[in-house]
Amino acid sequence: MISFEIPEKVRNTITLMTMVAENMMRPVARYFDDHEHEIPWDYINMMHDANKQMGGGGFVPSSDKPKKAEGEAPKKEGPRIGYQRLAYSAEVLSWGDTGLYLCSPVGLLGAAAVAATGTPEQKQRFLTRFGGDKPVLDAMALTESHAGSAMPAEVRTTAVRDGDSWVLNGEKIFVTAGHKALVDTQGFVVVWATIDPTAGRAGVRPFVVEAGTPGCTVTKLEHKLGIRASDTASVVFQDCRIPFGNILGSPEVEKKTTEGFKGAMATFDASRPMVAASALGVARATLELVKELLAQNGVTLRTGIPRSRMTNTEREVMDMEILLRSTWLLVLKSVWMMDEKKPNNLEASMGKVRAGDVVVRITQKAVELLGPLGYSRQNLLEKWFRDAKINDLYEGTGQINRLIIARRILDYGRRELA
Amino acid sequence: MFGFEPNEEQKMLVDSVQRYALNDLRAGAHDADEAGELPPALIEKGWELGVLQASIPEAYGGFGDRSAVTGVLAAEELGWGDLTAGLAVMAPAAYAIPILAAGTEEQKKALLPPVVEGEWKPFVSAYAEPNLDFYAGEMRTTAERKNGSYVLNGVKCMVPFADQAAGMLVYAALDGKTQGFLVPPKASGVRIGEREAWCGLNALPTHSLHLEGVKIPAEARLGGDAGHDPLPLIAATQAATSGLAIGLARAAYQYSLAYAKEREVMGIPIAQKQSIAFMLAEMATDIEAIRLLAWEAAWLLDEGRDAGQAALMAVLGAADCAMMVTDRAVQILGGHGYIREHPVERWMRNGRGVPNFPGLAMV
Repeated sequence: MISFEIPEKVRNTITLMTMVAENMMRPVARYFDDHEHEIPWDYINMMHDANKQMGGGGFVPSSDKPKKAEGEAPKKEGPRIGYQRLAYSAEVLSWGDTGLYLCSPVGLLGAAAVAATGTPEQKQRFLTRFGGDKPVLDAMALTESHAGSAMPAEVRTTAVRDGDSWVLNGEKIFVTAGHKALVDTQGFVVVWATIDPTAGRAGVRPFVVEAGTPGCTVTKLEHKLGIRASDTASVVFQDCRIPFGNILGSPEVEKKTTEGFKGAMATFDASRPMVAASALGVARATLELVKELLAQNGVTLRTGIPRSRMTNTEREVMDMEILLRSTWLLVLKSVWMMDEKKPNNLEASMGKVRAGDVVVRITQKAVELLGPLGYSRQNLLEKWFRDAKINDLYEGTGQINRLIIARRILDYGRRELA
Repeated sequence: MFGFEPNEEQKMLVDSVQRYALNDLRAGAHDADEAGELPPALIEKGWELGVLQASIPEAYGGFGDRSAVTGVLAAEELGWGDLTAGLAVMAPAAYAIPILAAGTEEQKKALLPPVVEGEWKPFVSAYAEPNLDFYAGEMRTTAERKNGSYVLNGVKCMVPFADQAAGMLVYAALDGKTQGFLVPPKASGVRIGEREAWCGLNALPTHSLHLEGVKIPAEARLGGDAGHDPLPLIAATQAATSGLAIGLARAAYQYSLAYAKEREVMGIPIAQKQSIAFMLAEMATDIEAIRLLAWEAAWLLDEGRDAGQAALMAVLGAADCAMMVTDRAVQILGGHGYIREHPVERWMRNGRGVPNFPGLAMV
C-alpha cells in the first residue's frame, strides 16, 4: 500500500514534541549558543520527567525494548511505527534546537546501538536507566584522531579479554554528549574497539562503558562552529576494565567472515535516518522562519505558478520546499523500512547524504535571501546555518555515505571502489 | 498509516507495463525517433495493457476505479521504456480522466465509452499555449458565453494527433478561470496547424491548434453549466508528467551505470572512479526522493485532498531530476553519449522538455 497518512500516535508525538520545542528549546537556543559548555539542566530535567511520564522507556522503539514482566497479557499488535515516531521526534526537537536535542536524556545514538545489536539482557541493563530517578545521557565513541570515515574498520582502540572482563585502551575524539554521558550523568558510552587487531574489520565490536568506570576519562571539550549546546568530548581509556557482558554482538572473531562486524554496523542503518531527520528539522525551521520574515517585511509568496512567472525569492523558496519535502519522504521511507524489518542500508545512506546537502543548502540560501537580516545574530538563521553543517559531517560525511551508496548500487565491495 | 510499497494489484500492473516497456518501447524507441513516427501496433499494444481502462468504472465502459497512484506507477514504467511512445499511449487519458473527474453524468455516459471501448483512438487534449510564460491557471485562449453557446478563440500548441483527433478537450479561460470544453475536431473555426518539431519527442505527432470564433453548445463545457474546479486536473496532469519523467531519469541512470561498469579507462572500469561513482550515487538518490513527491501528489488526489502544491513540487522536482540525471548519463558515456546510437542523448532531449509536458497525460 502506498499511503502518506501520518499515524495518529505519531501525530500525538508531533504535538507533544512541538510544545517542548516551542516552550523549552527556542527561547533558550540563542543563550546556549552564546554560552558553550553550559549545561541546559532545565531542558534535560524537563525531558527526563516527560520521558518518565510516557513510560520511561526512552525513545528507542518499543519492539526493541526489554520485555516487561513475564506472563503479562500480550498487547494487541498494531503496525510497527516506532522508528517513524522516533524520526518525527528527532525532526521536531531539532526544529526546536539541534544542540539541545542532542542533550536529550532519552537514549539517542548509544541506545540505538544497544537496541540494534544488544541481547535482551543487555537491553534490560542499559536501556531501562533512561526511566530512572535521574536523567542520564548516552553517547557513541567511534572516531579516533587518525581516522574518521575509515571507521570502524581502522579502529586502534583495543579490547583485551581478561577472564570475566574486557580491558580497553585507546583514545576517542568527537564523542557527541560524551561529557554529559560520562561525567554530568550516570549514563554510558558505546565504544568501538577491536578484539583482534590482526583480524581487521572482522575484529571490531561495540562495547558499553558506563559512567564512573575507572580508567575512562573525558580529557577535552571542543569549541565548535555550531551545535554549541551539545558537548563534543575526547575520551581516553586507560586499562579501563568493563564486564565481559558489555560487548554488543558476538564475542567470536570469525576471521574469514565479517558477520559480527556487519551485525554491529546495523546500528548505522538505525542511526543515520535519525541524523537525517534531525537535519531536516533545522531545514524546516529555517524555511518557516524565512517565510515568516518575508511576510513581516511585506514580501508575499504566490503559489501554484510556473517558474517562468516566479520572482527570484519565490523560486528559491519553492526549490527549498521541493528539496525539503522530497528528502523528508525519503527519510520516512527509510524508517518505515526499519519498522517493517526490511533492509534499509541503501535508503538510510541516501537519506543521510541528501539531508546533509539539503540542510546546508537551505540554511546557506536563507542567510543570503534575507540579506543583513539573515546574517544578523538577532535572528536564528545564522545560527542554524552554523548548526546545519554538522549534518554533512557526523555519522559519516557526505562523501563516505556517497561511497556506501555507490558500492551498493554498483554491487561493488571495498576492493573495487575505495 | 505510512506505506511505501505498491499493493499486489499495482505490482501486477507495473510488471506488465514493465514488460511492454522493455520488449516493445525500449526496443523500438531509436527507430521511432529517427523515423519521426510511432508504429500504430506499438501504441495499440500499450493501450491493451488497460492502464486507462482500469481507471474508468464499468458504468462508463471501463473495468475499474481511478487511482492516481496506480497511474503514476504505470507512467514511470512507460517513461522508462520511451517517454514519447508513453505519451501516445496515455494521450486518451488526458481526455478521459478530466471527463471522469469533472464531467456531468451525461458527459461521462456519452463520452467515456467510445474512448475506452475497443482499440486506441486519438482522443486528446489541448492544453499548452505557445507563450514563454504559459501558466495553466491563466490561459490566453478564451471562452465567452454568447446566446447559450460558448465561443472559443486562441492558439494551442503541442496537441498530439490533432490532425486525426477523434475528440478534443480544449482548455480556455472563461471569465479568467480555466475551464475544459469538448470541441469537435471538425467544428467551424478550428484550424490544425502544421506538424510541430521539437528538441525531443520526435516520434510524437503534435500540432498547433487555432481556434477562431469556434462556437460550441453549452453542454460541451466540462461539468456543464456549473463548470469545474480546474486545479485538481492541473495537479493530475502534473503528477502524470512527474511519473513519466522519473521513469525517463531511471532509464538514463541505469543505462549509464551499466556502461560505467563495462567501460574501462586505463585498465579499470570508470565506475571504480569516485568521480563517476558519486555522480551515480547522487542520481540514484535524487530519483528515489523525487519519486516520493510524485507518489504523494497522486495519493492526495486519490484522497480527494488539495494536491496543488504537492503536484507542482513533484513536476518541478521531476523536471530538474530528469535534466540532471540525463545530462550526467550523457557525461558518463563521454563522447559516446553524444552519438545517437546510444539512447542517452535522446533521453536528454526528451528530459529537457518535461516542464512543457503537462497536459499531455493525466492520472
